[in-house]
Amino acid sequence: MGKFYQQETECMPREEIRKLQGERLVRIVKHVWDNVPYYKAKMEAAGVTPDDIKGLDDLHKLPFTSKEDLRETYPDGMLAVPKNQAVRIHSTSGTTGKRVVKYYTQEDIDCWSECCARAIVAAGGDENDIVQVCYGYGLFTGGAGLDGGSHKVGALTLPMSSGNTDRQIQFMTDLGATILCCTPSYAAYLSECIVERGYRDKIRLKAGIFGAEAWSEEMRHDIESKIGIKAYDIYGLTELGGPGVSFECEEQKGMHVNEDHYIAEIINPKTLEQLPNGTQGELVFTNLTHQAFPVIRYRTRDICVLNDAPCSCGRTHIRMAKPMGRSDDMMIVKGVNVFPSQIETVLIDQGYSPNYQIIVDRVNNSDTIDVNVEMSPERISDNLGRIAEMEKSLVAALKAMLGIYVKVHLVAPKSITRSEGKAVRVIDKRKI
Amino acid sequence: MTLNQISIFLENRPGQLAEITEELTEAEINIFALNIAEASEYGLIRIIVDDTDKAMSVLQENGFLATVSKVTSVGVSDKPGGLDAVAKIISAADINIEYMYSMIRQKDGLAYMIFKTADPEALEKALAAKGVF
Repeated sequence: MGKFYQQETECMPREEIRKLQGERLVRIVKHVWDNVPYYKAKMEAAGVTPDDIKGLDDLHKLPFTSKEDLRETYPDGMLAVPKNQAVRIHSTSGTTGKRVVKYYTQEDIDCWSECCARAIVAAGGDENDIVQVCYGYGLFTGGAGLDGGSHKVGALTLPMSSGNTDRQIQFMTDLGATILCCTPSYAAYLSECIVERGYRDKIRLKAGIFGAEAWSEEMRHDIESKIGIKAYDIYGLTELGGPGVSFECEEQKGMHVNEDHYIAEIINPKTLEQLPNGTQGELVFTNLTHQAFPVIRYRTRDICVLNDAPCSCGRTHIRMAKPMGRSDDMMIVKGVNVFPSQIETVLIDQGYSPNYQIIVDRVNNSDTIDVNVEMSPERISDNLGRIAEMEKSLVAALKAMLGIYVKVHLVAPKSITRSEGKAVRVIDKRKI
Repeated sequence: MTLNQISIFLENRPGQLAEITEELTEAEINIFALNIAEASEYGLIRIIVDDTDKAMSVLQENGFLATVSKVTSVGVSDKPGGLDAVAKIISAADINIEYMYSMIRQKDGLAYMIFKTADPEALEKALAAKGVF
């Protein structure tokens, strides 16, 4: 048995969890029906009223919420409390006009912090620890989430935010950080730097909590062996509140969903039917306690498996596997959501042909994204310097749209392979 | 003399030049001047041919991306100081040279150079004033 942040809840018998979820579902459905006209309209269109929802078994009657719903109602169409009760927002990495904004009441933030606190304790943390948070602080949920969790645990928090590797390593060694929280690719990069600089003996790290992007078991072993820590996975989405929707325990065999705050379901993405535990399908989450901005049956597009078998750590909450793909064309590159349509928009905007190919790969544990762009008649010039300048401005426009660096390759017209007349848009070479 | 130059966009990979010369050969087009400018992943082949319109349609039919621009050919005496004399005229006229290269053929002891400038007309005028054509 490991340590727990909230043992009674985390180890609650499964029947009791289901009962609690049922009660909270009834309440949250009533809450959105009363306070969010958009939800009420959706439910009416589906022929459901709060009276039809008596417990967990009625969940399947409720309509799904998609990313499009959240974009359509941007910025506050899904707000379920008077705005003066909300105390903070966070937002997705999406592009201008396509962002999703999540609102929080103070109570929502407390619940979220508790979820992250459970993850920190599951990774062996307590009030004696020094938690270095190098997720970004700001609109991104990563920094605020783990920061809040670390405060709940009573650990000493180093609010480093992302980047500035020299400073990260200096504080890590000078202040003796024991738990590192960041994206797995940054953890891999940091561990390389630590080894290269010969600081392996100067650090006191024992554990890492890494999330916000997909990573493999190989990557885990690589980081663990390089700097001698145990690396834990954490899962979350801004749409649901941020990191801490689920987290790994010392068994490292799936992430426990915080089921008192979220219902996890697996559905068939084509028929939209619920699938039994153990079956692969699309992961769907329902906020049970979020007051300011609850989402009901949110389709994550992550392909996943749920496992309700007992875990030797003592936690009874259901475990989800690492997501094994997407049911749409979204890619997560360097922790950022990338849709091919965003890249297409920039290309057309900049006068290039919409014939392109995106190649995503992982080099030295870090994601790379390359785009092959067919040169267009509008962009051709007899002056090579002018072509290079246009290429530079394309790279800048992609960076502005996606927030990450994209390597552009200008290629000859019609040189991108087409199958059945349609180009293969995305090649993901990452083996995760 | 103002001439039409064709610039063709190419990726840097083997066989690209041969693809173009093959098409031009089949269309019986003669190349007077040729120049290659390259970046790391792509480049431009610039050519001056005897029939620009025909060459352009052949290239476009075969899927090449090409554009026509005006350049100036200048006869330079084929002896020490020949280019220097021309360069001084252009400099004195305050005209910026974007790029230049030489023709393949020589005629009457003159080597022909191709100059690309923003204003071919001004260049021609400045040269003519000094008796250079």
